[in-house]
Amino acid sequence: MSSEDSVREASAALKRKRAWHWLEYVFWIAAAASVFLLPSQHALLTQIAIWALFAVSLDLLLGYAGIVSLGHAAYFGFGAYVAALFAINFTGEPVTGLVVAGVAAGLLGLITSLLVLRGTDLTRIMVTIGIALVMYEIANQMSWLTGGADGLTGMPVDPVLGFFPIYFIPKNAYAYVLVVLFALFFVAKRIVHSPFGYSLRAIKGNPLRASSIGIPNNLRLIAVYTVAAAYAGIAGALLAQTTPVVSLTYIDFQRSADVLLMLIIGGTGYLYGGIVGSALFLIAQKSIGNVTPQYWEFWIGFALVVIALFARDRGVFSIIERIVNALGKRNAKP
Amino acid sequence: MIALETLGLEKRFGGIVPTNDVNLRVREGARHALIGPNGAGKTTLINLLTGVLKPSRGQVKLAGNDITRLKPHQRVARGIARTFQINQLFGELTPLEAIALVIGEREKLGTRFWRAFGGDEKIVTEAVALARQFGLADVLEERTSSLPYGKQRQLEIALAIAGKPRVLLLDEPAAGVPETERHEILETVAALPKDVTVLLIEHDMDIVFGFADRITVLVDGKLFVEGEPKEIENDPRVRAVYLGERTDD
Repeated sequence: MSSEDSVREASAALKRKRAWHWLEYVFWIAAAASVFLLPSQHALLTQIAIWALFAVSLDLLLGYAGIVSLGHAAYFGFGAYVAALFAINFTGEPVTGLVVAGVAAGLLGLITSLLVLRGTDLTRIMVTIGIALVMYEIANQMSWLTGGADGLTGMPVDPVLGFFPIYFIPKNAYAYVLVVLFALFFVAKRIVHSPFGYSLRAIKGNPLRASSIGIPNNLRLIAVYTVAAAYAGIAGALLAQTTPVVSLTYIDFQRSADVLLMLIIGGTGYLYGGIVGSALFLIAQKSIGNVTPQYWEFWIGFALVVIALFARDRGVFSIIERIVNALGKRNAKP
Repeated sequence: MIALETLGLEKRFGGIVPTNDVNLRVREGARHALIGPNGAGKTTLINLLTGVLKPSRGQVKLAGNDITRLKPHQRVARGIARTFQINQLFGELTPLEAIALVIGEREKLGTRFWRAFGGDEKIVTEAVALARQFGLADVLEERTSSLPYGKQRQLEIALAIAGKPRVLLLDEPAAGVPETERHEILETVAALPKDVTVLLIEHDMDIVFGFADRITVLVDGKLFVEGEPKEIENDPRVRAVYLGERTDD
């Protein structure tokens, strides 16, 4: 093979990795269709899309940069409160609110990343939990601003960009949330397939070698932590805009744990894990909850054990893959 | 011209002094070997040179410039690269991706977050050429973690060279390589670009005497003796300390 051929083939191989798979087109077309085809499920779908964005933001940290966080709700909740307070005091236009919430949560992420990135895995988990607890207690104590335990109400939600009303119109609200999810997903996908994204993979894979080939590990991790925090803040702002009240549950430990669960269920490091995981989690929660609410935690615990043991990387997909492979082998036998 | 120099370099861990007043000078373009019995402080010295450890005292100079205070990645940017005795690779990436990553970082393009990785044809061309040179052309698109050990060892060196260093620290390049694949690694080492200054840390005397034009012997954290391979080979003190120690192992 001539060297031009091998360069062309190498370029093609790298391109294949970042190209959109046909299944992805199917997925997003189906998501768009659900706006029109599943009118009775818009409330649930909106929840899924918001959690999905939140989980995608955690995937940027965990799946690509290898940062384990059990306090990601700190940024989600902060974004939600900022969006609500901004709407109350300035303008109720939602996109403006998202931008403000994203910038504010990103700044919080930038500042707190300096604390989070100091240690190794266990230290990082503890620091992230600690930051979220501190944020929770601040929101609780500053009840004159946040409403404390009663929650924050009275947030105006104007039409998106002045012409697309979403307030108490489930279909429109879902469409709005879905568009935001898609746009930010698209950006995330560009980022993880960029030179910057590959440097994160390198840091995750082998931080010692990464710094030995000239990557400034900490600067890159600070950058991705900031982006992930901004994403989480935007997810929080979306929830604030589509629910009547912002409360302390936006920022509590349960939310940080749930988003991590969703991501693990869907699988890390390919961005769709957060979306698939949040959909499975919320649909299962709802359907199991309808039948036997007391067993929900049993089933989620069971699923977690199975996935942690057998499918750490790709979540449910690893399990499906294993089953398909096993069946394939059996069929291949004469 | 001195490529790499240490001045009174010292590292203390409590009462232990693994690097004790080391004044090392590596000439530009040299094939310089650093040898010494186990526990002589070779690894500590490497870590001081690359910035993984901070010295308790003394200086490290690269081409006359003081780099003592620079962090590891900053030293890489100045032109120091290293390989590791135990492979330090990116298991999830392919050799093509890993080499292209190093080239991109070398060209200061690593912060680009809106460009496609692999979209820069110059980088891919260089990566492919380098992979060929290191016998990795037929495994370009395989996951690094699934490569045979000999190939991984080649990649270990290829990643360091992809950064176009002025000074390359080679830490036991043939360590763990099976006898049958050994000659490939040695050929690779022998074929390293002549303008790269190489400091080889090695246990294997065959490799050292086949490769080096200058040898420094380190014993108990101190420079014991330095000279041409012939002088070192015939130095009775080296024989006593070094070979004596080795038969004790």
